Parts: sequence; structure tokens; C-alpha cells
Amino acid sequence: MEKYETREHDVLVVGAGGAGLRAAIEASAQGASVGLVTKSLLGKAHTVMAEGGIAAALGHVDTQDGWETHFQDTMKGGSFLNHWRMAQIHAQEAPDRVRELEQWGALFDRTPDGRILQRAFGGHKWKRLAHVGDRTGLEMIRTLQDRGVHQGLEVYMECTLTKLFVVGGRIAGALGYWRESGRFVVFRAKSIVLATGGIGKSYSITSNSWEYTGDGQALAYEAGAELIDMEFVQFHPTGMVWPPGVQGILVTEGVRGEGGILRNSAGERFMWKYLPENRRHEYAESEDEARRWLEASVAGKQTDARRPPELSTRDNVARAIYTENREGRGTPHGGAFLDISYLPAERVKRKLPSMYHQFLELADVDITKQAMEVGPTTHYMMGGIRVDPDTAASNVPGLYAAGEAAAGLHGANRLGGNSLSDLLVFGRRAGAAAAAYATSITATLHIADDEIEAETRDLLAPFGRSGGESPFEVHRALQVLMQAQVGIFRTASDLEAAVEALAGLNARAARVAVEGSRLFNPGWHLVRDLRNMLMVSEAIARSAALRRESRGAHSRLDYPNLDPASSEFNTCIVREHGAMKLTTLPLAPMPADLKALFEAKSPVAQS
Amino acid sequence: MSGEHPTPSEAVLRVQRGDATESKLVEYRVPVEPGMVVLDAIHWIQAHRAPDLAVRWNCKAAKCGSCSAEVNGRPALMCKSRMDHFKPDAPIEVRPMKTFPIIKDLVTDVSWNYEVNKRIAPFQPRAGAEWRWKQSDVDRAQEFRKCIECFLCQDVCHVLRQHEMKHQFAGPRFFVRIAGLEMHPIDAGDRIGHLRDHAGLGLCNITKCCSDVCPEGIHITDNAIIPLKERVVDRHYDPLRWVWDRIRGVPAAGA
Ligand SMILES: Cc1cc2nc3c(=O)[nH]c(=O)nc-3n(C[C@H](O)[C@H](O)[C@H](O)COP(=O)(O)OP(=O)(O)OC[C@H]3O[C@@H](n4cnc5c(N)ncnc54)[C@H](O)[C@@H]3O)c2cc1C
Ligand code: SF4
Ligand code: SF4
Ligand code: FES
Repeated sequence: MEKYETREHDVLVVGAGGAGLRAAIEASAQGASVGLVTKSLLGKAHTVMAEGGIAAALGHVDTQDGWETHFQDTMKGGSFLNHWRMAQIHAQEAPDRVRELEQWGALFDRTPDGRILQRAFGGHKWKRLAHVGDRTGLEMIRTLQDRGVHQGLEVYMECTLTKLFVVGGRIAGALGYWRESGRFVVFRAKSIVLATGGIGKSYSITSNSWEYTGDGQALAYEAGAELIDMEFVQFHPTGMVWPPGVQGILVTEGVRGEGGILRNSAGERFMWKYLPENRRHEYAESEDEARRWLEASVAGKQTDARRPPELSTRDNVARAIYTENREGRGTPHGGAFLDISYLPAERVKRKLPSMYHQFLELADVDITKQAMEVGPTTHYMMGGIRVDPDTAASNVPGLYAAGEAAAGLHGANRLGGNSLSDLLVFGRRAGAAAAAYATSITATLHIADDEIEAETRDLLAPFGRSGGESPFEVHRALQVLMQAQVGIFRTASDLEAAVEALAGLNARAARVAVEGSRLFNPGWHLVRDLRNMLMVSEAIARSAALRRESRGAHSRLDYPNLDPASSEFNTCIVREHGAMKLTTLPLAPMPADLKALFEAKSPVAQS
Repeated sequence: MSGEHPTPSEAVLRVQRGDATESKLVEYRVPVEPGMVVLDAIHWIQAHRAPDLAVRWNCKAAKCGSCSAEVNGRPALMCKSRMDHFKPDAPIEVRPMKTFPIIKDLVTDVSWNYEVNKRIAPFQPRAGAEWRWKQSDVDRAQEFRKCIECFLCQDVCHVLRQHEMKHQFAGPRFFVRIAGLEMHPIDAGDRIGHLRDHAGLGLCNITKCCSDVCPEGIHITDNAIIPLKERVVDRHYDPLRWVWDRIRGVPAAGA
């Protein structure tokens, strides 16, 4: 049998992005011994890329803001499929988590009176995003990283977990390999927090890194956890579209928050046409009102002017750009123009420094002088591991999940900025609950040798094969398939065809071969990642076929409307006898006091 | 850094392959499309020629600092190195960072940096501080917090690169980090003694090579290192300051 090392912890946190770091810090603060595992080096996780900001109803710029409005915006943005309790906890606790981050050393941008500055973002009624230029994620991850390091976390870098062990229905540990050497390691733990992020590498146009292969979702599924709402994949409306070398790289929504205007090839500001009727009253009704809003925004003043139409929710803006192209009004490279060059160059450089450099260096575009060309890119996974709203516990005892790997907070569509706050609020709760669970258990469970052996044998199999395909080829085929048939617009026939094609890809993936040694071997690493991506892709396609309506990020050409009569449920996937079982779960009924928040007319609507 | 040459249809890359025991340059011909960067070419090689070619990357947008290497002898992020920036008919040479031990191909062992970081006294807010400050109070510290930990400055600094003084010199990245903490408006931590006695600030002879390669444009030498040097000098060699500190009960630096 293959040799392996063993490590033991009370709590094992998988993932060192914002959610994982916050969970680990909390579990450790509760006295648990904590191991933190990450596929990359510390500080490189996706969270480092987040740009625009972190949503929290601090009310520093728009003093009318409060948790209730943040809650309302989140529920509306998610088309009411969000778990109300998660949305409530999130809105209530986000301000404290932001202040805490500041008390741990984060340096946010300031208002003129010296408090944390907040900016506008799509779907948020008030200016709500605390930010640091356009590198908010970097500030967050560095602050947490440094906090964690001094708190005595044991960090295992460049280690990929491939299997969770469940003994007698409870979590017992996990197996993984060191990327550097290819050697195996078994972690014995009383509880595990999955904070592994998203799934975007299943698509060809994506803002996501190589790490976003749905590992947490797949590991949890194989361990018996439920996955919900897998059909909801967010396509961010503004990725770079040209030149081809940079396709998919994100253009932060902060650009629209700072006044960026979307136009088609005819120069038309098209977003006016695409505001949903029932939300139209929340947006400016003329160029003049949009300009007044912007002037107040630049001056850091309050205004009764309403926000520009570009600040509609992401699903809506992505579909609008897509439709403009389908109808022949797209840009030369199939996107839309996003223009902020009419603002003073100094302001653009100050508020959006990394966007300025990104376009200048990668696309030869000076955004202070020219418009950017942008189009939809796969960005965020709303679906994932089903968790208890208060404790982040999955249905497998000892298994917790937080951040993008978990589901429930965002419903059918996530509002920008709500992810960074999600990481802190539920990362902390997951860490606390996982530590409390670990304390309630006397010893780690024994993991049988043959289980370990089966997994290591499986992992090493591609080395022995000859004549198999390269995993890169199968991966490419998967990306093309998902982009074309499970992308922004979906139909029953496309989805059925996709499920069938995925079965074929699964068979191909089972036969791939790798060359070289076990030392830092990306081809070999991709084999395991591919298995996770295929599993997640199948879950997305199947759930998407089940949801016969268009809601949030899920758009069906054959069912273009919302179907409140029969679609108010979460889709749910669980493994049964080795196969994917798809069901629906009724929504948790919202308590009367929260429900009342939606019945009262909003002040803007009355005016 | 706009393209200096028209996009060629093909490029030749010479990539260092191998591990600590043995390595050599291997040549690959790669098709080129507009806007392509060296990291794209490396990925193309991985997908079509050498699936076991080791490289680190995450964001492909110059935000994570993972893809550091030496491209034609210059420390750079591969995801920011445009193919049309190089002469079209000459091969592009890609090697790992030289200052760190090689693991495989373009991947080096940078774990030493994480050890250095652990020894820096963490952020410590002043008791009873008011959490309000002006943007102008944080502009300076924010510059240092832009660091993406690519370690290119560490790679280029001769104190580490030629003289291998890792045991007594923290390197520019960590002077930047310390400057960020020291210039935080309400930090009360003390890192001045550490800078002199353990981090080896005195070994820096302000050649500015680190500032030249920083992809974040941080003025490492002028804005971080020189002011820190001044603080060390003030603390340690200003007799008046020394007496004043004793009266106020500030412990001797390095104690
Ligand atoms: C370009 C960009 C800009 C964004 N801007 C914003 C923004 O302005 N505001 C906002 O709120 N959100 C933003 N987002 C979204 C947000 O950044 C992410 O949703 C969030 O950072 C996810 O955090 P996380 O902690 O869940 O996961 P991550 O930060 O992605 O961390 C995942 C961790 O899990 C590890 N991991 C994964 N699989 C394994 C495995 N098998 N074994 C071991 N470790 C594993 C990874 O190595 C990594 O450490 C943006 C996203 C992108 C891509
Ligand atoms: S300025 Fe100092 S730290 Fe920077 S490269 Fe020169 S010696 Fe090294
Ligand atoms: S200071 Fe600049 S060069 Fe040095 S690690 Fe940070 S970003 Fe890289
Ligand atoms: S891949 Fe992130 S900096 Fe190059």
C-alpha cells in the first residue's frame, strides 16, 4: 500500500480564502486545534481578486441605510429563493464583521468625516460597499492571513484534498496530496469546514482561477451532503472580451458604481429598456436624474435622485448585453461599450486604479480616454452545499460549509459585494459551530486502511494507463459544452443533450492518461479536478432542466417568465446508490415581521 | 506597456524544465493570438505538448502574484508579459526565480518568505484609539498594502540573490509590509528594533532594483525603506530621543 503521513486536528478547514480564513480564526479562538488546507500558496485564493467591495449597511454615506433594506435588496436580488434566515443574519451581522476587519488592521477608503467610505453597486438601494480602491479582496485576505498566522493556525499550503471520510455517518477526516511531491496525507479531524469556493472552470469564458473546479461541492456530495440550487450560475455582465488573450477577465462592477455607462454600437444607452417593470421606480427615469445621482455620488453627498439603470442586477445586465448582440447591436467583438472616460481622468485613476492598469497593459485601452469593450463571463456559483442558516452545518454530522461553496444566502442571483460579507459572516459562524461540535466529541474516528488505499489507488491510476487522452483535452471539451449548452440562455433540448454529452465526457475522463512524475504535475492534478467539474456540471444541467421558468441567473428560452405558481422551491441533489437524485425542497416560510418589510411600500415608490 | 511589435503568428519559447538535481532549456513553438501573454503560451504548452510542465498561477490578471518568473532575464509576472512586447524573431526565455530553491520547472520554494512574515510583530491598535482618520492619513500606508506578494523584489535584491543572506535579511517585501504597519494611523506595535537587529535593514544599500521590478509600482526604496531607515536612525542614534524615551518609559529597542 502507498505510504502516507497523518495529521490530526480538532477542526480541519479546507480553503484559505476569506471564508476559510475567517472560519479558522474563529475555531482557533474557541480553543480548537485547527488545520487550514489550501490548493495554492497562502494569500492567493480567489478572494484576493475581489475588487469592488464588501456590502454592509453601515450607513456612512447614505444614512437611511439599515439591515432591513440590505435584507430586502438581497431577497429581491435572489428572486426570493434565498433562505430568509441567512439573508437576515447576513444583513444584521455584516457591519460588525467589517468593523472587526478594520480593527484587525484593514485600511478602507474614508469618507470626508473620516469613516469607512461606501460605494454604489448593482441591486443595492443605497451606497453600501465598503472598499479599498478596487482591491478590496486583497485587503481582506491579507488582513485575515496575518491575523491567522499570529493565532497559531497550522497552514498546509499547496495541498489538495480529494476525499472526505465518513465513519458511522459522521465525519472522520480527509485525504489529500501535496502538489509539490505528489505524496499523500491523511487528516484526522472531528469536524471539517468546506470553504473551497466556486466552479467557474467548467466554462470556457470565466473570471475564475484554476482552483474553481467545484471540489467542495463534489467532496460534500460524495460524502452524502445535499446540494441545492445548482442551476444558478452567475454570469457577470462585464468581463473583458478583447483581445482574445484576456477574454473573461473581470471588469469590476465598481466601474458602473462609479458612473460607467453602457452603450451599444449605435451609441444608445440601452439599459433603460431592460429595467424590469416592477423595479423601474427604483432607477432614474432620465439622463438628467442619472447625472444628478452621479454628481452627488462624486461629491459624497446624499441625493433624492435615483441610481442609473446600469446599476440593475447582474442577471439583468448580462442578459441585456447578450440580447443587444443577438439583435445586431453589439460591439465589434460581441460585447457592449462601457464608458467612464467622460469623468475626470484623475478620479478614474484614483477610484479604479487596477482597472485602469488592466486595460492599459492587457488591451492597450486607456479607460480615461476610451470606452471599454465588455461582455458576460462566468463568475459566481449561487448553488452549493445546503447548510443550516445559524450554524453552517450540512446534513452530514461534523461537516460544515461556508463562502461560495455553500448555498442559501443568495438565492437565484447574488448582489455584488454580498460575497465578501458572506465569507466573514458565515465563515465565522461555521468556525464557531465546527469548534463547538469538535469539543462535544471525545476522539477522532478510526479510518479503515482499505478506504484510504482505495482512494490512493484511484488517484494513481492515470499514471499506469497508456494511450489515453490528455486531461486537458477532456477539460476543453467540457468547457465548450457548458458554455454553449448550459450557459446564459438554456432550453430543454440543450440541457438534455448536455446531460447525455456529460456521460460521454465522464467515460473519457475515466480513461485519461498522464505522463511524467508525481512531482508538481499539473496534468495529473487536472485529472482529479476534472472529476469534480464533471460532477458539478451534471448537477447544474440536471437542476436547470428541472426549473421550468426564468428566474435570476437562470434563463430559459422555452420558459421565459417567472413562474411563482409552481416554482417557489429550491432544487436539491443528493447521492443515492451512486447516482444523482434530484428533488425539490419547499422554501422555508418567512416570519410575519420580515414579510411585512416587503408589503410596506418603499418610500421611493410613494413619491 | 503596449505592444511594441505586431502580433506574430507563432513564437518560440525556451522554458527551463527540470528539478533541483537537473534542469535544461526546452524549446517549444507556440501559436500566438492578439493580447496573448507569456502565461497563455505556457498554458498552451501544457495543454498540447507537456502536460506535466509545472507553473503557478491563479488570477491571470496581475492580482494574485503567483506567476512570477524571469522572462528574458527580467523578473516579471508571466500574466502581465505581453507576447508582442518581445522581438518577434528571437526566442523568449522563461526561467524560474533564481533566488529561491527550485521545486520543478517554473515553480520555486518560496516558503522562507512566510517564515519571515511570521516574525513581524502584528498590527496592534493603540488603546482607546478613535477609529476615524482622513483619507490623507492612510494614502501612504495604502500604497504598501497594494503588495500582491509576488516576491519579485525578493528575487531581484542582490542581498538575497547574490549574497544569500536570507538568515539575516528580511528583504524588500517585508520592509514594505513593516512600513504598512508602521504608517497605520493607530498602530502601536514596535518593529524598529526588529528592523535593525533581525530584519537586516542596514544591509540594504538602496540600489532601487526592487522598486524597478515591482508590478504594483510600489516605491519600495523611496517610500518604505528610506523612511524606515530614518526611523531606525532616530531611535538608535539620536541621544535626545533616547533620553526622552527613557523618561517616557519606552523600552530600549530590540529588547
Ligand atoms: C475577479 C473577481 C472579482 C470579485 N469581486 C468581488 C467583490 O468586489 N465583492 C464581492 O463580494 N465578491 C467579489 N467576487 C466574488 C468573491 O471574490 C468570491 O466569491 C469569494 O472570494 C469566494 O471566497 P471563498 O472563501 O468562498 O473561496 P476562495 O477565496 O476562492 O477560496 C477557496 C479556497 O479553497 C481552496 N481549495 C479549493 N479546493 C480545494 C481542495 N480540494 N483542497 C484544498 N483546498 C482547496 C483554494 O485553494 C482556496 O484557498 C469576485 C470574484 C472574482 C473572481
Ligand atoms: S534597494 Fe535595498 S532592498 Fe531594494 S534591491 Fe536594493 S538592496 Fe535590495
Ligand atoms: S513589494 Fe512589489 S515586487 Fe515586492 S512582493 Fe510586493 S508586489 Fe511584489
Ligand atoms: S496569475 Fe495572478 S499575478 Fe499572474
